[in-house]
Amino acid sequence: MLSHRVIPALLLSQGGLVKTTKFKQPKYVGDPVNAIRIFNEKEVDELVVLDIDASRENREPDYNAIAEFASECFMPLAYGGGIQTVEQARILFSLGIEKVVLQTAILDSSKLISDIANRFGSQSVIASIDIKRDWRGRAKAWSATRRKKLDRPWLDKLHEYVEAGAGEILLNSVDRDGTQEGYDEELISAAAGALPVPVIALGGAGKLEHLVSAVDSGASAVAAGSLFVFQGPHRAVLISYPRYSVLESLFRS
Amino acid sequence: MTQSTIQIIDYGAGNIASVANMIDYVGGTPYVVSSPDKLKCGVKILLPGVGAFDHGMSCLEEGGWLPVLDECVQMKRTPTLGICLGMQLMCKSSEEGHRPGLGWVDASARRFAFPDDSKLKVPHMGWNRVIVSKPDALVSNDPETEKRFYFVHSYYVSCAREEDVILQCHHGHDFVAGFQRDNIWGLQFHPEKSHKFGMEVFRRFLEV
Repeated sequence: MLSHRVIPALLLSQGGLVKTTKFKQPKYVGDPVNAIRIFNEKEVDELVVLDIDASRENREPDYNAIAEFASECFMPLAYGGGIQTVEQARILFSLGIEKVVLQTAILDSSKLISDIANRFGSQSVIASIDIKRDWRGRAKAWSATRRKKLDRPWLDKLHEYVEAGAGEILLNSVDRDGTQEGYDEELISAAAGALPVPVIALGGAGKLEHLVSAVDSGASAVAAGSLFVFQGPHRAVLISYPRYSVLESLFRS
Repeated sequence: MTQSTIQIIDYGAGNIASVANMIDYVGGTPYVVSSPDKLKCGVKILLPGVGAFDHGMSCLEEGGWLPVLDECVQMKRTPTLGICLGMQLMCKSSEEGHRPGLGWVDASARRFAFPDDSKLKVPHMGWNRVIVSKPDALVSNDPETEKRFYFVHSYYVSCAREEDVILQCHHGHDFVAGFQRDNIWGLQFHPEKSHKFGMEVFRRFLEV
């Protein structure tokens, strides 16, 4: 049986690894190559690395750094941040990245999704969306780059991404980011119930039970940042990842 | 080039870097071959592959790979391993495309089709266990040895000859995760992205 993937999501900022809370207060958690090496040794299912500055600074992915990350990974590696063209995606794939994560570049048009999917296959394209709830609790697509909510219903947007050829959806909750209070299960179940492709839930995991709840809500895969880089109530930096047997019994129960 | 060299066919539809990285890590010598006239029969060949079937076949055809592959693989029986799309290209056909495949193995690729209300997703993406259906050089026959690999594919291989099937996996139904016929191996999963489980496969392929 196909296992649910458990994916550390690492955020890059100014060349270092950071962890944000509700997309703010980036806290430095270490050197990315070192962290990736440790995650590889721990045999993580997959890894997602997101450069949270690239789109905001309107710059390309840092190919040298990414090549180094890829050489440390004997598991699938996804990269997001600053990807605007098929050529950039091609370079990333040639460096050993399996999947590109698109977000800012597809806010207005999903053409980049279809262009990349047509050439490299849908399995190589993760369409990512950040969701923020408004004061009435209504979920809205949020652009961190533009610092605003989008008018178009978020689920419509996801349907559009999937039709364009996205192989997976990375569903990130801004309100839960870094809180470790648990995933936004309502969002997960709405997305997973409506979409034929795998949904990767992100934002809010603080303990292993949260991963189970996300899967129970329909997530095919669960991603987390804080859970795998912090330890204890004071959020001391410590990279960890459960043993496979632990994850297996977790999802079986 | 030595026994430990593996020629990786760079035909425009493969994840070359990951495969080379893994071969290097397990002590082999990856040799990326970007032009058909550089391919040496008698030195192991790896056919990687990511993406659509027709795209893969047209890359092989337009790149001029077909005659030399036929010579090395079919006539001179060079040990050859196809990964993911590379495996599917070794088949006769695929529901994904209109072009004929390489036809080295009597098999075809079919689309995973599940009812709308099914919880099974396509592509079959993630880690899954495989079962040995026929003992083979590439994987341990010991049932106690964990055999867990990373898969990502929307089409699965179906073999006409049961004796060609070496590994099976399950997603909604059983499907072929690995086949072998003479000097030809095909693996549906990505051993280059499957940690120690995949390293073992490459180590064993080096020993073939």
